[in-house]
Amino acid sequence: MGDVSLDQAQDRHAATVAARRHFLTRFVIYGLLVIFAAIYLVPLLVVVLNSFRDQQEIARNGLISLPRSFRLEAWGQAWSTYCIGGTCEGMQRSFYNSLKMTIPATIISTVVGAMNGYILSKWRFKGSEALFTCMLLGVFIPGQISLMPWAFILGNLGLSNSTYGLIVIHVIQGISFTTLFCRNYYVSIPDDLIKAARIDGAGFWRIFRKIILPLSSPILIVTVIWQFTGIWNEYLFGVVFTSGQQQPITAALVALTASGTNVRAYDVMSAAVLIGALPPLLIYLFGGKYFVRGLTQGAIK
Amino acid sequence: MSTLTIRSLRKNYGAVEVLKGIDLEAQNGEFIALVGPSGCGKSTLLAMIAGLETVTSGEIRIDGRLVNSVAPKDRDIAMVFQSYALYPTMTVRENITFGMESRRVPKPQQDEAVKRVAAFLQIEPLLGRKPGQLSGGQRQRVAMGRALVRDPKLFLFDEPLSNLDAKLRVDMRTEIKKLHHRVGKTTVYVTHDQVEAMTLASRIAVMHQGSVQQFDEPATIYNRPANMFVAGFMGSPAMNFLPAELSEEGGRPTVVLPTADGKTASLPIVQALPSDTPRQLLLGIRPEHIYRFDPDLARRKPSIAQINAVVELVEPTGAETMAVLRLGAKEITGRFDPDGTPRMGETVTLGIDMARACLFDPTTQRLI
Ligand SMILES: Nc1ncnc2c1ncn2[C@@H]1O[C@H](COP(=O)(O)OP(=O)(O)O)[C@@H](O)[C@H]1O
Ligand SMILES: [Mg+2]
Repeated sequence: MGDVSLDQAQDRHAATVAARRHFLTRFVIYGLLVIFAAIYLVPLLVVVLNSFRDQQEIARNGLISLPRSFRLEAWGQAWSTYCIGGTCEGMQRSFYNSLKMTIPATIISTVVGAMNGYILSKWRFKGSEALFTCMLLGVFIPGQISLMPWAFILGNLGLSNSTYGLIVIHVIQGISFTTLFCRNYYVSIPDDLIKAARIDGAGFWRIFRKIILPLSSPILIVTVIWQFTGIWNEYLFGVVFTSGQQQPITAALVALTASGTNVRAYDVMSAAVLIGALPPLLIYLFGGKYFVRGLTQGAIK
Repeated sequence: MSTLTIRSLRKNYGAVEVLKGIDLEAQNGEFIALVGPSGCGKSTLLAMIAGLETVTSGEIRIDGRLVNSVAPKDRDIAMVFQSYALYPTMTVRENITFGMESRRVPKPQQDEAVKRVAAFLQIEPLLGRKPGQLSGGQRQRVAMGRALVRDPKLFLFDEPLSNLDAKLRVDMRTEIKKLHHRVGKTTVYVTHDQVEAMTLASRIAVMHQGSVQQFDEPATIYNRPANMFVAGFMGSPAMNFLPAELSEEGGRPTVVLPTADGKTASLPIVQALPSDTPRQLLLGIRPEHIYRFDPDLARRKPSIAQINAVVELVEPTGAETMAVLRLGAKEITGRFDPDGTPRMGETVTLGIDMARACLFDPTTQRLI
C-alpha cells in the first residue's frame, strides 16, 4: 500500500518536471517564431505605413517612422493619376493587364496540367514515362534561357508586345509544374478505381469528370495558387516582351521607381507596390491553409 | 447460359512471362476458384478475363464469343476488387448506379435495381453514406452490390475477403456461397487462401509461377494432388513428404522408411504402381491420416500400417492437437484427437492410412 502512494508521488513529480520542460521548449520555439515573423513583417509594415504618410513628412522624418497623419491620397494617385514615363494614369492599366494575363494563363495551365497528370498517371502508354521526364526538365530550366527562343516564337506569331504573348509564355512555362503537381497527386488515386469504372462502362472523359475531378480540389487549389502568384509576380518576360501600355504590373512598378524626376514619391511608390502585391496576398490569405493541406495530403484519406 | 473458355493464354510484361499457357473452362453457373501463392499470376489472369489487361497470345471466350480485344464494358462481366474500389466521392447509391448511369439505363429501372440489390444484401440503411463512413464488411457488401446490380454473364472476384478480419472473413465466405447458390451465375474467384477455394468452388485451378498445376474438383485436388506443389499448397498443416525406397514383401510392393529407433519399417502400398515407378520415392501423408496405432483401428481400416516415431513437440489448438514426430532424420506433423494425444518425448506406434497416402516421383515431382 505504502509503495503505491510513493509511486504516485513520484509520478506526480515526474509529471511536473515534464510539464516544466514542455513549457520551456514551447517558450523557446514561440520566441524564435516571433522574431522570424517580425523580420519578415517589418519591411511590409514600413511600406504599409509609408503609403499613408505625406511625402513631405517622409522627407522630413525619414523612411522609417510612424505616420503623423493618415492620408489616402497616395493610394488614389498610385491607382489612377500618377505619371509614369509621360502617361498619367497610375497603375490601373498595368493592374488590368496583369489580371488579363494571369487569370487565363492560370486557368489554362491548370486545366492542361490536370489533363496531363491524368493521362500520365492513369492512361500510361509506351514512352509516357519518358515524356514525363522530359516535361520535368521544364521545372529545372531557368526562364532566362528561353528568352531568345520566345522572342523568336512571339515574333513569328505576331504576339510581340501583347498580353496574349505573355499568356502563351506563362501557360507553356507553367505546364511543367502543373503537370508534375497533378501527376504526383493522381498517382496516389488507386488504379482499381479506374478499372472498376471501365468495367462500369465509363470512358476517358467520364472517369475524369466523375471520379478524378471530384477528388482533385486539394491539388487544383495548390496549382492555382502556385500559378497565379508565380505568373502575377513574374517580371523578366513582362519587361522584355512588353512595353508602355501593354506592361504587366511588375514591369510597370519598376518603370515607376525608375522614372526618377527630381523627388522620389515614396508615398505613391509604397501604395503602388502594395497594389501590385495585393492579389497574391489575398490569394494566400484565403487559400493558404488549403495550399498546405493540398501539398501534404494524398487523394484518399 | 454463360460459359468461360480459356485456351493457351499467355501474358508477357516485356521479357517477363507472367502467364505461360493457361487452359481453363467454366461451365454455366459454375464456381471456379483460382488459387495459388502471391505473385503466381492470378490477378493478371482475372484482369485479362475482364479485359483490363491485353492478351499476349491465346484466346478467351465468353459464351463462345472470342473477347480477346473486346472492351471491358462490352464483355458483360462484373468484378469485385480486393480493395473494393468504391468511388470515394459518391454515396453508396451512386456507387451502385454508376454503371447503369454510364449505360443510360432509365431512372425508374435504376431505382428498381438498387432497391432489389440493397434488400438482397441488407444495405438499405447505407445507401446515403460515403464509402469512407463504412466498415470493412459494409464496404465489401457494397462492392458486391455494385457487381450484382449488373446481372452480368460472369462474376469475377479478386481476393474479395482478404482485407477482412478472420471472423468476418468466415461469415462473408458463407454469404458468398449462399449468394452464388441463389444467383447461380458463372463465377471466377481468385484467392490465395486454400480453405476459401475448397469451401466455395465447384472446381479449383491451382496456379504456380504462371501455369495451372491442376484443375479439378476440390476432393480430387485434395486427395489426389497432381504434383508436390499442389499437395503442399492445399491443406494446412501441409502434407508430409518422406523419402522412401520402393521394395517388395511377400510379392506385394512396399515402401521402406527409416523409423525412430534407427531401424526401418516397410509399409505396404495399396495403389497399383506403373511399371516405370522409380526406386526412390516420396511418400506423401496428410497429418490427419496419421493415427495412434491400436488394433481396433487396424481391424476397421485394413490399410493402416504401423511405424514407430518419437514425439518432439505437441501443439494443442483446442479442437485437435498437432504433434511434431521424428522418423529417422525427418520430422512430420500429425493431427490427433485431443483425447488420444501423445506426450512429448514419448515413442509412439503410429498407424498410417496407406489408402490415403500419395506417392511422388522425386525428379518430376509428379504424383505416381
Ligand atoms: N504491370 C506489370 N508489369 C510487370 N510485371 C507485372 C505487372 N503486373 C503484374 N506483374 C507481375 O506478374 C506477376 C503476377 O502478378 P499477379 O497476377 O498480381 O499475381 P497474384 O495476383 O497471383 O498475386 C507478379 O510477379 C508481378 O510482379
Ligand atoms: Mg493478386
